[in-house]
Amino acid sequence: MNILHTVNKSPFERTSLDSCLKFAAPGAAVLLIEDGVYAALRDTGAAARVKDALKTVKIYALGPDLKARGFAEGHLIPGIGVLDYAGFVDLAAASAKVQAWL
Amino acid sequence: MADMIDVDGKQLAVDEEGYLADLNEWVPCVATVMAKQDNLELTEEHWDIINFLREYYEEYQIAPAVRVLTKIVGKKLGKDKGNSKYLYSLFPYGPAKQACRFAGLPKPTGCV
Amino acid sequence: MSEIVKKILYLNRKAPYGTIYAWESLEVVLISAAFDQVVSLMFMDDGVYQLVKGQDPSGIGMKNFSSTYRTLGDYEVKNVYVDRDSLAARGLTADNLVQIAWEDVDTGEEMENIVTVIDASRGCELMAEADVVFSF
Repeated sequence: MNILHTVNKSPFERTSLDSCLKFAAPGAAVLLIEDGVYAALRDTGAAARVKDALKTVKIYALGPDLKARGFAEGHLIPGIGVLDYAGFVDLAAASAKVQAWL
Repeated sequence: MADMIDVDGKQLAVDEEGYLADLNEWVPCVATVMAKQDNLELTEEHWDIINFLREYYEEYQIAPAVRVLTKIVGKKLGKDKGNSKYLYSLFPYGPAKQACRFAGLPKPTGCV
Repeated sequence: MSEIVKKILYLNRKAPYGTIYAWESLEVVLISAAFDQVVSLMFMDDGVYQLVKGQDPSGIGMKNFSSTYRTLGDYEVKNVYVDRDSLAARGLTADNLVQIAWEDVDTGEEMENIVTVIDASRGCELMAEADVVFSF
């Protein structure tokens, strides 16, 4: 089983996402939550790093956090999945552990 | 234990200044009960302001400060109503504070 | 109303919802505007996300204060600036942002949208012109 990493900080304000992507092993899952969901949007300064990471890890964004901030699936980098709270729980249960990048 | 008001036999919580704790619990009777506590009889003119405040809150998610209320009431309900003399005659404890309380809204932002 | 009138610039650099800064700033803005101060707002860095239209935080149990920005015109706030570089770095344009209307009821002067995208040089001038800059 793989690790589920969660990132809840904006990629433009903190290094949480960069550190997470640096240490996430191939096959790991990364779930973007709260202000972390801004990293899932296309055409941002962080998009190239996220696209690069998609080659080795799975990346998801939490739907309610996207919706709160005025964004939807159509705004995302292709390849990023959207999860609801139940999906978050399922993903956490299917992972060996959850590692939070605060 | 929060303060309670009795509205049609139902106990609703209010804060220490008498504002409804949960604005979703508001029913028109809340305004009637609160007005009675303040020795006021609500007229159609009162209801115009109360309903206007509720619509404003619905759209903008805030209760307007008194000066803003005066201005926008003038814009929406007519110049003769958009002045503090008229609004104070309806709501002697302050048009924003008292009318917002009757409307079930929080205390207006900008009120001290 | 207060007799001392200052030109206050509010500098907003935080995304909404993740922290309380955005909402706190907006409350202080409304209070100072209600006390007749000359208020301007500048949004930069993640602060530009505060103005993104179509926000709906019902699913995360938070208040949708994004609709409150549209009341700034009623509070006689006439100057809302957004840093162009911050938008570009986030793949956003003015089309992604809410519009805020402004109207002077006495003169009938109207503006359909007071949200203005500016360059850093203009931002620099605005900071120099302000009596006070409050950061959030």
